[in-house]
Amino acid sequence: MERIIFYCLAAVIIAFGIASVTSRKMLRSVVYLSFVLISIAGIFFLVDYNFLAAIQLTVYAGGIVVLIIFSVLLVHHIEMELEMAKASKKIVTALACLVGLGVFLTVIYSYDFKVINNSLTTSTADIGAGLLSYGSGGFILPFEVISVLLLAAMIGAIVIAKGKKLTENNNQSQ
Amino acid sequence: MNIALSITKTIHDWLYSIMPETAAMYAEMVLIALVYLGIFAVAGLFLVLLERRVAAWFQLRIGPNRVGFQGLLQTMADAIKLLSKELTGTDKADKFLYNLAPYFVIISSLMALSVFPFTQEFQAFDINIGIFFLIAVSSIGVIGILLGGWSSNNKFAMIGAMRSGVQTISYELSIGLSLLTMVLITGSLQLSEIVEVQKSGWLIVQGHIPAIIAFMIYMIAGTAETNRAPFDMVEAESELGAGFHTEYSGMKFAYFFLAEFINMFIIAAIATTVFFGAWLSPFGITESIPVLGVFWFLLKALILVFLMMWFRWTFPRLRVDQLLTLEWKYLLPLNLANIVIMALLVWHNLTISF
Repeated sequence: MERIIFYCLAAVIIAFGIASVTSRKMLRSVVYLSFVLISIAGIFFLVDYNFLAAIQLTVYAGGIVVLIIFSVLLVHHIEMELEMAKASKKIVTALACLVGLGVFLTVIYSYDFKVINNSLTTSTADIGAGLLSYGSGGFILPFEVISVLLLAAMIGAIVIAKGKKLTENNNQSQ
Repeated sequence: MNIALSITKTIHDWLYSIMPETAAMYAEMVLIALVYLGIFAVAGLFLVLLERRVAAWFQLRIGPNRVGFQGLLQTMADAIKLLSKELTGTDKADKFLYNLAPYFVIISSLMALSVFPFTQEFQAFDINIGIFFLIAVSSIGVIGILLGGWSSNNKFAMIGAMRSGVQTISYELSIGLSLLTMVLITGSLQLSEIVEVQKSGWLIVQGHIPAIIAFMIYMIAGTAETNRAPFDMVEAESELGAGFHTEYSGMKFAYFFLAEFINMFIIAAIATTVFFGAWLSPFGITESIPVLGVFWFLLKALILVFLMMWFRWTFPRLRVDQLLTLEWKYLLPLNLANIVIMALLVWHNLTISF
């Protein structure tokens, strides 16, 4: 049963991944991308990483895809189609992809995966404790660094959004 | 993968006693799917009828009362009419996305329906991240609205979809934060455990003042999230025709319509579960009869649904900028302060519990 679901999800991911890069209609490829992201959430559900799966759904499928759709809605008309890339570009991209695939496959096949019989799902409490612990295996430093980064991004967004108004106010006060 | 699907223990045991294990598992899955599809359809149709009767009541009319007893079969007849209608569409629409859009909306609301504890046993999918799963799933529905609006190739539909996107993304924040306030008391995201905590007093009583503030913010944000009046700029009739579903007809329109009403029920059901003790009876008066849990759950949910209908027929529609001001300048700061207050309450054990 789990095997069947896994192969279904894998087939969906591959099929829509290919469809997403080959489609010449922009919004369609975004929707194919969202299918890929949702199926990845499905794989996380399959391996009992419920929290990660829900994060995948909210952040990627619900957040980023909606933002991409939004920008497509703003700039793209329904009858427009994407241009075909030049042949030289295609070859370079294909080579880069093949190198990436090679690295990926060698890593996967050389790594010795340990099979655990009775898996326990990670609870939210464990994740929270892990994020805030400063002992070994704790993630307090990356957690703090990311929060500072987010704060900087937020301030940056406000400055960009207010842009002209802020500088005008400053000029007046001088 | 250990998804614990279950309807009730009796049906579960009965299925496993008459069939081999694998067959019983599949039979149970099919049964659950059918039951939830049934709930979905019946609840959707019934809520449409309720909305029309309530609207009529507020406007001193009678409302639909001819088909069946007190018009009970009216929406059933409407559904059959919609089924038999021609599916029209615009000529230059993106047909694939146009047809896909209703399913995004309807599947996300159907998935959200599966986690509610209607009684102690009648809960299909008791996932350990319950509330978070609900928020995650409901964030996908907006994709359907955006796609529907864009692929119709119609300016009004497009504007409606853009407004919907802005609105849903902003108000999702308030919903998440106000539910997070309550999670501080329960200490768990799992819905069955949240109900368990409420056996010593419903959370709105346990958390008193901050809980009531959180509930009010939640109801405002929930009304906005379902694109209902006074936040229905998405389909503001006087400006946009029918908004994002202008070009939809027949059953595809009905999908959007049903999903909207089911979403209203979902918002009410989340509030019931998190604030009002889900299937728990007031003061434990029917504790000995667990089957009555469904009655209490539906009663509480329907009262909240009625509250949302009351909003709809009482308040005038907001402008887009007013809507965004309300969310980002009032609800969000209030919510953040509320979380801190609630954390202090829980820290100093100032919650009320019996």
